[in-house]
Formats: sequence, C-alpha cells, structure tokens
Amino acid sequence: MEENKTKKLTFFGCIFNGIITENPILILMIGMCPTLAVTTSVSNAIGMGLSTTAVLVASNALISLVRKITPDRVRIPIYIVIVASFVTLIEFIIKAYFPSLYESLGIYIPLIVVNCIIFGRAEAFAGKNNVINSIGDGIGMGLGFTLGIIVISAIRELIGSGAVYGFSVIPENYRAALFVLPPGAFLVLSFLTAIQNKLRLPSATNKKESGCNNDCLHCTIHKKPETVEEGK
Amino acid sequence: MGVEIIVAIISAALISNVVLSRFLGICAFLGVSNKVDTAKGMGVAVIFVILMATAVTYVINRVFLEATGVFKRDLTYLQTIAFILVIAALVQFLEMFLKKFIPSLYKALGIYLPLITTNCAVLGVALTVAQDYSNFVIGMAYALGTSGGFCISIILLASIREKLENNDIPESFKGKPIVLVMACLMAIAFTGFSNLNIG
Repeated sequence: MEENKTKKLTFFGCIFNGIITENPILILMIGMCPTLAVTTSVSNAIGMGLSTTAVLVASNALISLVRKITPDRVRIPIYIVIVASFVTLIEFIIKAYFPSLYESLGIYIPLIVVNCIIFGRAEAFAGKNNVINSIGDGIGMGLGFTLGIIVISAIRELIGSGAVYGFSVIPENYRAALFVLPPGAFLVLSFLTAIQNKLRLPSATNKKESGCNNDCLHCTIHKKPETVEEGK
Repeated sequence: MGVEIIVAIISAALISNVVLSRFLGICAFLGVSNKVDTAKGMGVAVIFVILMATAVTYVINRVFLEATGVFKRDLTYLQTIAFILVIAALVQFLEMFLKKFIPSLYKALGIYLPLITTNCAVLGVALTVAQDYSNFVIGMAYALGTSGGFCISIILLASIREKLENNDIPESFKGKPIVLVMACLMAIAFTGFSNLNIG
C-alpha cells in the first residue's frame, strides 16, 4: 500500500486493488450485513453481489462527476440521495426481470443503501478522484465483494444443503443444516478470518488495535493514503 | 390487542432476533461490543432512534407516500430515499436536541448517535413496519421488540467478550474470529426460541 503512494492510479490498478489488495469482505471486513444474510445459496450471493456492484459503479461515477461542485459540508446528504436513487432503480430492475431473486433477497435490496462499502468508497475514493478511476474502483470493489460473498455462500451451500449452485451433490443424510441457518454464517466467516490470521494475510482483523470505531461514514482508517488527485 | 402487542414484542426480540437471525446491524454488533458499558450505551441509543424513526417514517409513509395520502398517488417506491433521509436528519436533530436540553443523556449516548445512521437495523425496521404493519401500535411494538432484541444481544456479547479477555485463545482465532464464534454460539442458543409457540 505504501509504494502505491508514488504510483500513478490507473483504471486497471483500481480494479485490481478492489478485488485483491483491499478486498472489502476478506481484507477490510466492511459490509457485513448482506455478507451474512444473503449467503445461503450461491445464486442469491451472485444476485446481491452484482446489484451492489451496479449501484457502486453508478454512484461512484456520479459522485466523482459532481465532486467539484459539491460543498464539503453537505456532501453526506448528497451522497445519500445519489446512492438511494440508484438503489431504487436497481430495485425496479430486479423486481421486473428477476422476480424470484426479488422474493429471496427481500428487504436486503433497499438495505444496499446502508451498505458501508458504498459510502466508504464514496467518501474515501470517488469524492477525491476522477471519473475513470472511480468507475474502476467501483468495479473492483464490487467484484471483490461479489467474490467474497460467493466464497462464503459456496461453503454454506455445499455443507448446509449439499449442493453446488443448486445441483445436489451430497446425499441428504450427510448434510449439516446448521450451515444454512443463521449460526452457520457466523461460523464460516469466523473460520475464513481465522485462516487469514493463520496465513498472516493482510487484513483488518490482523491489526491488534485498529481503532475502527465502526463509523464507516467518517472512517479515517480504511481511507487509502494514495487517494490524491490525479494530474496535480 | 394487548396480547397481540406482547406477541409482537417477544417474537421480534427473541424468536427472530434482529442481529442473530436477521443479520441487521452486524457492524455495530461486532464493532461496539468491547465493553459492557459502551454496549449498553449503544443498545439504549438504538432503542431510542429506532422508536423515533419508526414513528416518524410511519406517519410520513401514511400521509405522503401511500395512495390514500395527500398526493393521491402511490409513491411507495420512494420509501428507500425518503426513509434514509428522514433517519439521517432525525439523528442530527436528536443530537442537537439532546445536547441542548438533556445534556446528561447526550453525554451518555454522545458518540453512538452519529454511528446509528449507518446501522441498517434502523432502516430495516422502518421499511418492515411501513410495508407489513397496518396497525400503528403493533408496528411500534414490533419496533420496540426489535430494538430491545438488539440491546439484549449486544450486551450479552459484550459480557462474553469481557470474560474472554483472560482466556487462552488459539493464536489464529484472536480478534474477530473468536467474536464470530461467540456470535455463532449465541445464534444457536437463540434458535431455541423458534420453537416457542405463542399467540
């Protein structure tokens, strides 16, 4: 992360950063509510991940476009309105074209609004960088989020309902239904982060006192140091 | 009516606990549960904000957004935008009000108030009540049960975490993983309530 300070931000660099270096779920540990709630099956996770990605890309792009004319003091309400509008649009699209997904995600679609990832990126990246890089960051972070919840949901679906993307592979007597129930979500995430600690991978959980006060809107810890205006 | 209220409170607080079975407000649940005192502060602040926000959004939904409201149009698709703005504004007003008139409560809740805007339990409850509850009193009972459930579970987790500090935890489970294991065990315990047959 430190050497990035001197490196110029590029579109693909931003995408890579979101998927690997700063994966929102496995490294930054933000956006936990949908992560745990919708990961009962891979198809739900893909639906949730892609809708969040779409909102993230669109809101990042628009916030980046208006960043020069946004007064600093009212930027949070403006971000809220922008994000909420895109979430409403996505809700319409899902309702019209994927009614079964709409049924199974339910209340968690409007709750994309309060997903920490979207505000975190708006505040930490899109409000300070140009449109191309912000779109790249949105794609990267969104795909990183999607990837993270697909991993969790694949584990839960395989052990809990004995299936891989809906195809049953484990006989009924050998399934552990606990994993599709709420406790399983906590357990899978706990073991993933434990594995990460074991391998000493960089993660928000590895730092002893990260000082995260859980205020993603005003977060200073997860802000990237390299978010300097490009071309200045 | 009385029975319905009690059923709504108990089923929202225990049977489908907001954190442990519906995963709303996980961020605050994991983030602000280091100490019992801070957990209490957060829990009470959430009860306060959820009750206020639910009442205000219920009225707004009835008066402005529903087809029978003043605009004579079905504007319920604006719920998400309207509610999140109302909640953000409400939290700000609440902060200013408490600072001016009830400084002791402000001191106690202080830093937790602004965090609550991003707590998805608030928006989740407001949306659920507006969409599923036609009766205001039962809707408020549901809101009280949900926020009470949040308060119970965050205080329980904080108490467990205080005890955990003296224990010998495997190296790789230190930090978040052991907290998640605790949350998992609590969730298993709370699934026991699902066989509670009331109402």
